[in-house]
Amino acid sequence: MKPDILLVEDISTALPILELLEPHYTVHVLPEDSEVPAAVAGRIRALVTTTNKGVDGALIDALPNLEMIANAGAHLDRIDLAAARARAIPVTYTPGISVAEVADLAFALLLSAARLTCEGDRYVRAGRWHDGMLRFGIRVNRKRLGIVGLGRIGRVVAKRARGFAMEVHYHEPNEMTDVAYRYHADLIELAGAVDFLVVTCTSGPETDGLINGRVLSALGSGGVLVNMARRAVDEAALIDALENGVIAGAALDTFAHEPRVPDALTTMENVVLQAHMGTKTWETKRAFAARTAANLDAHFAGAPLPDPVP
Amino acid sequence: MMANKPEILVIHTSAPKVLPELEKRFVVHRPPEGGRDAFVAGIAERIRALVVSTFVGADAGLIGSLPNLEIVINGGGHYDSTDVDAVRARGLPMTYTPLVTTEDVADHVVSLLLHAARRMCEGDRFVRAGAWSHGPMSFGARVHGKKLGIVGLGHIGRAVARRAEAFDLDVSYNGPRRKDDVSYRYYADLAEMAAAVDFMAVTCGTAPETHHIVDRRVLQALGGEGLLVNVARRCVDQTALIAALKEGIIAGAGLDVFESEPDLPDALLAMGNVVLTPHMASAAFEAKQDQVDMILANLDAHFSGQPLPTPIP
Repeated sequence: MKPDILLVEDISTALPILELLEPHYTVHVLPEDSEVPAAVAGRIRALVTTTNKGVDGALIDALPNLEMIANAGAHLDRIDLAAARARAIPVTYTPGISVAEVADLAFALLLSAARLTCEGDRYVRAGRWHDGMLRFGIRVNRKRLGIVGLGRIGRVVAKRARGFAMEVHYHEPNEMTDVAYRYHADLIELAGAVDFLVVTCTSGPETDGLINGRVLSALGSGGVLVNMARRAVDEAALIDALENGVIAGAALDTFAHEPRVPDALTTMENVVLQAHMGTKTWETKRAFAARTAANLDAHFAGAPLPDPVP
Repeated sequence: MMANKPEILVIHTSAPKVLPELEKRFVVHRPPEGGRDAFVAGIAERIRALVVSTFVGADAGLIGSLPNLEIVINGGGHYDSTDVDAVRARGLPMTYTPLVTTEDVADHVVSLLLHAARRMCEGDRFVRAGAWSHGPMSFGARVHGKKLGIVGLGHIGRAVARRAEAFDLDVSYNGPRRKDDVSYRYYADLAEMAAAVDFMAVTCGTAPETHHIVDRRVLQALGGEGLLVNVARRCVDQTALIAALKEGIIAGAGLDVFESEPDLPDALLAMGNVVLTPHMASAAFEAKQDQVDMILANLDAHFSGQPLPTPIP
């Protein structure tokens, strides 16, 4: 008898997880904005969700025989952990899978904004090459890179940058003793000391609007900003800085009210805009699915969970 | 003092910033478009140095028409636009600006690879068109940890390899001979390498033996998930490449050079799975400044009787 599990539908991440689960479980898919049918609720022993969708307390309450929650993703802020804990239901997640993926895109965005890659592509497709050369971009190699938030993603960005013989600086609340990169306790000082700023800090109240007009002024008119951290950049200040030449350009993977992106940005030449693509490769999605399935399998085999939430 | 300034002839420069610097030091003559020979005839005897570029050089006729020419200064790493034999026959020195842009070209190669794999220009168009409000953008391909094959492990190829290592890419290369000073995997056969890698970067020099070495057979070996990056002129058979992209023989490409630039086939312009840049692999303004500095250093050395910093080999 296959255990019954509930999969919260999430088309936006389109996890290739169904094919992994269906051989071993009776999978009930919970469509968006719907409730669990009463006939099914009592049979559900595990719940699979995503970082995007999460699980609220009401859904947990609606499943009397729930034994575990498996989150396909690294972030837990949309999961009611207190409600799960109250019923002693273990929660698993998939940390670390997309770290290098996000770092790759962060460094790619730096190259793109500095060397005008997508602008060049637009230029060619619009037939403007016949009128002459595109303006020159900004050299990346051997320049100074400032990383805001030297966590796991920031460290991989630093590693990529070393391949381009860049000088790496960083800002963190506290100096890190295990790296040789230049530490700046003051963010404005960091921005003033580097050519490029890549923001990879975690999103939270303490980093809300961290990159403000003063930081951008310090970065200066030859500087380029790359943002991978939701909410860390004051979007209005950034638009103002880009419109007035306070900085040279920017590349953004997250926005204050995504998927809505201000017209001021979508009509600007000197920005590169991505639809929150940091983690979005097929390889990562397959890995998310495989790790999630591994946690479910361990639970139902009575084995220790590989990735319990701490 | 004006009378003491040496007179020079500037045929072409791709670094316009050099001109004001030259004018501080020299009497600069620039022929009008279309009227070169008549213009040169009037000043030929006064010209002591000739400035040319990779794009527009000097032929034997021009060199022969300047009786008091002392030196030819080429702006650019390639100098096959000038009749070097005619320069040598006169016993004249010639300089160029080698390796100025090597690192910048390598930056752009890696950038094109990342852009093609992660579908970044497509993503940028997606956001600008407002499509994100109607649903998510589809996924790209991972770059780190995969296999990269470099066609031509010269200066640029080596600089690409160093960057690729920082992305944990497994690097192999193809060329006429194995290099003893690198540990990357060598393939004598290009199609064999193409079949073994995920991505291929073409950085080889332009020579008869590399003409169209990336052909349909090589692209077939690269395969349906493979990506091609090209910054080398004439090494890739463009017709075969377009067919391969259309038919899904390879997944995508990042291209900085084209046959008969700036005219691009409509088939290429209409494709979503390619990144097209206008021959800008070296177009960082710092690179142009470095080139300006090197041109001036060679001229200054010549006119002060010092050894030339970068004579052609």
